[in-house]
Amino acid sequence: MTTQDNKSKIATYLVRFFPGHELREDEDIFTLGFVSSMFAMQLVTYVEHEFGVEVENEDLELDNFRSIRALDAFVTRKLTRANAA
Amino acid sequence: MEFKSVGVVGAGVMGAGVAQSLAQTGHHVVLVDISDDVLAKAKKEVRNGLRAFSLFNKKETIDHKASMERISYTTDYERLADVDFVVENVTEKWPIKQEVYGRIDTICRPDVVFAVNTSAISITKVGGITKRAPQVVGMHFMNPVPMKPMVEVIRGFHTAPETIDTAKRFLAEINKQCVVVEDMPGFVSNRVLMLTINEAAFLVQDKVAAPADVDRIFKTCFEHRMGPLETADLIGLDTILYSIEVLYESYNDSKYRPCPLLKKMVDAGLHGRKSGRGFFSYE
Repeated sequence: MTTQDNKSKIATYLVRFFPGHELREDEDIFTLGFVSSMFAMQLVTYVEHEFGVEVENEDLELDNFRSIRALDAFVTRKLTRANAA
Repeated sequence: MEFKSVGVVGAGVMGAGVAQSLAQTGHHVVLVDISDDVLAKAKKEVRNGLRAFSLFNKKETIDHKASMERISYTTDYERLADVDFVVENVTEKWPIKQEVYGRIDTICRPDVVFAVNTSAISITKVGGITKRAPQVVGMHFMNPVPMKPMVEVIRGFHTAPETIDTAKRFLAEINKQCVVVEDMPGFVSNRVLMLTINEAAFLVQDKVAAPADVDRIFKTCFEHRMGPLETADLIGLDTILYSIEVLYESYNDSKYRPCPLLKKMVDAGLHGRKSGRGFFSYE
């Protein structure tokens, strides 16, 4: 799977949380005025289920979840590491 | 630490949140529910909740494993015999509360304070069905519990001043502030919030403004983090309707009449974020 596929999956998932807003790839979702911790947790769970990676305690950094691009980079990193192991 | 072991009754979203807050501040928790399935789900929620907390609170490090281990999950109410404090979070239905308080009143030590976690039920009425009315106090926790620093504490008619002090000490142990208010339906938070959301729904129904515009006014003019309609979608429109109906019945005041559009949306299954559609679409 290419990273472009992951990006579009992530984008499709994220945009529904920001009705009426065109979300850019590098836009910080935590500054969009909707910083609900419930949402953040949904996001962590989504990443685990959608991409089959485990978000470990040391991964719990907002920087990993901040934007479509950050999420994609995080998922790619996790998957690469999982495949290498 | 004054409250070493705390009983949390009801393991839904609120109960799991309270259990997590207690566990991550070093308290032992006996989490009781009648359903093993609910308890299993609560365990997952606590795990996720701890992760959400770590994600947002970099200054405060918590030991996830130790926190998880501090909670015992059980369907056996007798385990509440040794706890130092009880927070009850069962469904907001009177017959259910009635049964639970009958049970825990006989099991728990006579000195233990009961905190009723509710946004709708009368604390005075709960006190009346126990033999310890002076030791019953309301605690309206906000969701998600571990992330919200403020709790609305409610003084029932018979609640003793010492119980209010106990409640304050208890909340301080789990790093929460509180505002003490008197026992009237909806307390402060829901009386204002539900009325605001209901009126915002009327604005949409009357075609005064589209949902996004209603919310934008609140966010931009008053610097609210979320508009009333987004908030409604987040809480769930069914819950909103239920709460406004309770206020209407409690006060018999027409200002709490539920907006017909809100009713229609709930009937149509538009329950907000959890169903994928409410005032906004999440599909």
